[in-house]
Amino acid sequence: MTKKEFTITVYTENQVGLLNRIAIIFSRRKINVESLNTSPTEVDSVHRFTIVINETEEVVRKLCRQIEKQVEVLKAYYNTEHEIVWQELALYKVPTDVIAAEVKVERLLRENGAHTVVIRKDYTVFAVAGHREETEALIKVLEPFGLIEFVRTGRVAIIKGSSGFHERLKEFEQTEPGEEVLENEYLDKNEEVFTM
Amino acid sequence: MDTLELKKAKPQPKALKNLSGSVAVLEALLAEEVTTIFGYPGGAIMPIYDALYDYKDKLKHILVRHEQGAIHAAQGFARVSGKTGVVFATSGPGATNLVTGLADAMIDSTPVVCITGQVFAHLLGTDAFQETDVINITTPVTKWNYQVTDASEIPAVLAKAFYIAGSGRPGPVLIDITKNAQLQLFEYQGYTKCEHIRSYRPKPIVRKEYVEAAAKLINKAERPFVVFGQGVILGKAEKEFKQFIEKAGIPAAWTIMGMSAIPTDHPLGAGMLGMHGNYGPNVLTNECDVLIAIGMRFDDRVTGRLDKYAKQAKVIHLDIDPAEIDKNVKADVPVWGDCKETLPMLTALVEQKVYPQWLQKFNDYKQKEEEKVIKDELNPTGEVMTMGEVIKTLNELTNGDAIIVTDVGQHQMVACRYAKYNHSKSNITSGGLGTMGFALPAAIGAAYGDTSRTTIAIIGDGGFQMTLQELGTIMQFKPNVKIIILNNQFLGMVRQWQQLFHEKRYSFVDITSPDFVQVAKGFGIPGKSISKRGELKDSLKQMLEQDGSFLLEIMVGKENNVFPMVPQGRGVAECVLSKEEI
Repeated sequence: MTKKEFTITVYTENQVGLLNRIAIIFSRRKINVESLNTSPTEVDSVHRFTIVINETEEVVRKLCRQIEKQVEVLKAYYNTEHEIVWQELALYKVPTDVIAAEVKVERLLRENGAHTVVIRKDYTVFAVAGHREETEALIKVLEPFGLIEFVRTGRVAIIKGSSGFHERLKEFEQTEPGEEVLENEYLDKNEEVFTM
Repeated sequence: MDTLELKKAKPQPKALKNLSGSVAVLEALLAEEVTTIFGYPGGAIMPIYDALYDYKDKLKHILVRHEQGAIHAAQGFARVSGKTGVVFATSGPGATNLVTGLADAMIDSTPVVCITGQVFAHLLGTDAFQETDVINITTPVTKWNYQVTDASEIPAVLAKAFYIAGSGRPGPVLIDITKNAQLQLFEYQGYTKCEHIRSYRPKPIVRKEYVEAAAKLINKAERPFVVFGQGVILGKAEKEFKQFIEKAGIPAAWTIMGMSAIPTDHPLGAGMLGMHGNYGPNVLTNECDVLIAIGMRFDDRVTGRLDKYAKQAKVIHLDIDPAEIDKNVKADVPVWGDCKETLPMLTALVEQKVYPQWLQKFNDYKQKEEEKVIKDELNPTGEVMTMGEVIKTLNELTNGDAIIVTDVGQHQMVACRYAKYNHSKSNITSGGLGTMGFALPAAIGAAYGDTSRTTIAIIGDGGFQMTLQELGTIMQFKPNVKIIILNNQFLGMVRQWQQLFHEKRYSFVDITSPDFVQVAKGFGIPGKSISKRGELKDSLKQMLEQDGSFLLEIMVGKENNVFPMVPQGRGVAECVLSKEEI
């Protein structure tokens, strides 16, 4: 199996120390985390981690099982790029005088979907939300014009096939789940979903 | 959106009484039916110890000599009793001394709750005296850990701790309580046992389809083979397991952790698996057509080289922990669940069968091992004693009714290979982590875990010197622990490897020992050292008949090796019976 990019979505309780518990699952196996984002979800008290790694699917599946094994983790999903809608946000700081002098910069910014966040006498900050290639492309564009600073967020991703977590949470909150409860999907079906 | 948990968190009824955090800790222990605590006091846990002063008649506290001793004792207690072991330790060095035991309990799935004191909450992160970041140090080696900084959290957190430690696949939990929380008075609402955590499901729903698929495979099999681990014992499913193999007529071999789940002389018992396990079960793993793994995790010491492990077989894997399925060996039929539930379902579906020819194969290999290894190990003709004959003689005297606690190394392998067991929870050893120094403190805990049986610690001369300070605990509290030191004057297992794989370059395995009998005497424990076969049986008898603890040092062959052996990096079928075959 070849390595490819996977986005792992983890639904958790909001608990101090859980970030470390999840992070060491990767570091123990010497796996580099490309990006990590934590965020609230549509459900109060449930948090969400979005983690991007480059690995084989077999490794990713095992990692998700180790993540789900953590007491305060509700659910871990892994998806390939095609199964998610995702964005990253990047900020670019450029000298204002250069931008003002060079007319084509404005066109280039527009072409790259950038919008202005702040304009000051000495510098201007632009923002781009998009895929990695898009935010990367603008670095190349702005470098000749004296790019002062660049920063990018972790990935946030929405799973295309997901119907949210609220219904699912209700199942978890039952002490004795019924037969019809959609947890414990079949272990040997390599679905994108593995369950606690 | 609102959640059930948030709705539940509505204001509570009026307070019943004021309690300190420390008293709440002890009340929680009583509610969890804890009887015995292994611990060591210190600055940051003093309020809890102060409260304990008034609970002396309800909670037995065993003062160990080192915190590592406390946690190993709690592990021994848990493994023998099937209950959760409890440890008290202070902050900083007290807590860091627990780490080895936590790692051991984690890998061997032993339920332990450790309560550590911590500096005042306002001092956290200031490098205060005896402050260490215990939560982060212990995160990789605990099933769950939590820091309490407010006393009102204590009842619910401890309820969670006991629930998590003991349910599902058990494991160690550490609760770090800051000193201010121990001292703080709060409105105590009583103690409610935890029965559900929404993000944690210890008992999965069993999927009948998979049990049916497993039964189908088993019923079609011609050479089925069961390999089982500690899951059978942890699941308290010994009876269900026995019924399963007896109805299906399938030979069953145990991992070191699964040992004693069925009596060692059960007619379907095929022996021990693994690097120094029995010949037949190792080799025949690669000849069976259906491999049924029950409550075991395919450790590398069991499988040898994975790409040469049971490749011909269909694999059925029963486990309570879904992360174990497909982790090392791909399962054709995964049966996820508590084996106490899944085994009876499987038993109902399998046909009553016998496999005389297949069982004969196990017997043939047993004969071969008997001739080439066991005969000389148990009935040696040389002048010096072997470890094997000590265990054989011990078997004759205990009839397989004793609890045997072993340390790590050659003596451990020999004891596990030859000891007889009639009862479950009788073989206590550090299986996964291989912690030298485990046996003596674990035996102390085991002796408290079941006072009706004899507890015998079998330890090497190296391992004994790692935790011999716990003789002080035996001196003071008098648990009835019989200690056998099998002294080969070497760090024997490392020496064996150096002999076999490093051209006999004996690098720092030559260990000098003190006069163990004198050491024991210093701790008020009677003892004896023997080197002659003629004295063996009577000395063991003397040890067993002694009222209280006794230390018996037995000098054994210096350069004896443990065989059979699956050399590292080879497949199970390449199991060898002598050093000439390597």
